[in-house]
Amino acid sequence: MLTFVIRRMIATVFVVFTITVLVFLIFFHTPGVDPARKLAGRNPSPDTIKAIKHQYGLDRPLPVQYLILMKKLFISRDLTSYSNQGQKVVPEIVAATPVTLSLVLGAAVIWVVVSILMGVAAAVLRGTIFDPMLMVLALIGISMPVFWLGEMANLITQDRYHDTFLFSWVPPLGYTPLTQDPVMWFKHLVIPWLVLSVLYIGLYARVLRADLLETENEDYVRTARAKGLSERRVLLRHTLRTSMISFVSLFGLDFGVLVGGGALLVEVVFALPGVGLLTYQSLISLDLPVIMATVIYGAIFIVIANAVVDVGYAWLDPRVRPA
Amino acid sequence: MSTVGGLEHPIDPLADAPPEGWVAGRSPWALAAHKLVRNRMAMAALAVFLGIVVVSFMGPFYADHIAHTDPFTSQLTATTVINGKRVDVLQQGGGVLKLGETPIGPTWQRNYFLGADSQGRDVAARVLYGGRTSLTIGIGSAVICSLLAVIVGMVAGFYGGVTDSIISRGLDVVWAFPVYLLAISIATVLLTQGLTIGPFSISASSLWLPTLIIAVIYVPYVARPVRGAVLSVREKEFIEAAIAQGASNRRLIFNEILPNVITVLIVLLPLMIATTILTESALSYLSIGVQPPNASWGTIINDGQQLLYTRPWVAIAPGIMIVLTVLSLNVFGDGVRDALDPRAKLRVKD
Repeated sequence: MLTFVIRRMIATVFVVFTITVLVFLIFFHTPGVDPARKLAGRNPSPDTIKAIKHQYGLDRPLPVQYLILMKKLFISRDLTSYSNQGQKVVPEIVAATPVTLSLVLGAAVIWVVVSILMGVAAAVLRGTIFDPMLMVLALIGISMPVFWLGEMANLITQDRYHDTFLFSWVPPLGYTPLTQDPVMWFKHLVIPWLVLSVLYIGLYARVLRADLLETENEDYVRTARAKGLSERRVLLRHTLRTSMISFVSLFGLDFGVLVGGGALLVEVVFALPGVGLLTYQSLISLDLPVIMATVIYGAIFIVIANAVVDVGYAWLDPRVRPA
Repeated sequence: MSTVGGLEHPIDPLADAPPEGWVAGRSPWALAAHKLVRNRMAMAALAVFLGIVVVSFMGPFYADHIAHTDPFTSQLTATTVINGKRVDVLQQGGGVLKLGETPIGPTWQRNYFLGADSQGRDVAARVLYGGRTSLTIGIGSAVICSLLAVIVGMVAGFYGGVTDSIISRGLDVVWAFPVYLLAISIATVLLTQGLTIGPFSISASSLWLPTLIIAVIYVPYVARPVRGAVLSVREKEFIEAAIAQGASNRRLIFNEILPNVITVLIVLLPLMIATTILTESALSYLSIGVQPPNASWGTIINDGQQLLYTRPWVAIAPGIMIVLTVLSLNVFGDGVRDALDPRAKLRVKD
């Protein structure tokens, strides 16, 4: 187990390194693209471009540029935005992280609970009309663009039905930190939580149903039935338990992707000042250091989440360790 | 196809006529097609999808001959006729100060059926044109992605060894990258100056740009299963037989392995188009996908955001089109998988 963990950690460091190099190359050395021109504004003179290149160290050799950038990002943490020289990128990301975490954690609770209920219900009700109905619902959830769903939720809760008793409690778009006012925090996040969880409810319910039906054919399930266990006990203690393995590993990956930037669209629609909104705002102003930093932050978070999932998986299921 | 598992049936030269009780064999393809055609849900979904494709490609016809409008130029002073009265498409804002302008809402007639956007352009016509763009990019990038993935997966799986290790590690890294972040990174960089590689250059407003970006980011997701399929097929006995016959690598790849790997792609393709259409709409919504003057469903939803509370149909209509398209592709894709994937046979027991 220890060798597995160590090997996995070495692989993680390698992937993180490759990703930072890749991001650096994409942003600063895509063929035919010159970041200095981007900074210089319209129709810059060659001298201006040269000066800017020097100012940002873009005239240094590639590996040196990379190292300077990584130093600014991880060690001195004083990488500054291109569009606003006073804006330090790393503290901005640190400040935005709790917002993203609040959003993703809340949505995760909803999607885990609802999708387990839906998946189990569909598997148990197989052969009735409810199974295909639930699965069509799940498919619709998967097929909706999340930003559009968010807009529709805003249309209903902020405008059309805001004055009815149903949605009069919904505050205007925005965010209140948990530490400042927990009730307001909750009110701000309920609708974004629901919108974000729809896609994952659909995905997970389908996966869980398929796994449940597959496990249903296993010998040990037949044995459990033959022992005379009640259907409920067979389902909860034997079938569901095994089916949860892929569910849990899927959850780890999706959670990582969402915190690492996947929640961007929901943050934009609901004006939640998380890491995703930060990325979006710097997209609009083409603020390369900020976008690059958020991308690297997200990628690192995801890679670490993947490693944690793998180690957890190996801990649960010794068969995968030597892989 | 008359081959099973890549090898032709040995023909017994002594048998002149089929023996009694002989049943014509059916290829796995014919069986799968039969199964798919009998799946009513999948066929209905296919019909919906094809319907959307046809309607979207009728966009120019609708704009020219039914709505009589140009959906790409601003129509700030345009007027239309409602109940016999001529009204401005962009109406002066209400209130005492009469600030701002509100585009006309849905007229539910030939002209401005779904109303106008903030520049007075016909939303219904734009949604059709946008559909053409979204579908072209979605299908185009899925096809390009499949081609790239087949090459990558095939090379990795067939040659194995160091080649495989290098390619697989590379795919792992891209895989570790969240899809949207990768797309955002590439798109931001390319959108300002376009892409120039040697003699080829793609302008920043070209539809090729989002198509290629989306195609590239999904390559690992398709190349991995292709590589897996190649690895398993390579060990089969008919490959050994072909090698014993002195088959060249080229013949092995194109005549023996490829036909057996292609099912993986056929199963994935509808689901991939659904995914690429969703990705395109998200990138366009973030304004790093399709660039003006082109429109796609994503950019129209973005346009509609400012008008959300006054003229919600600008955002509602393209969203419904996306949901219908992606949903029909997902249902059809499920049907294709059930028909072709042997593993699905174990699963679907109801």
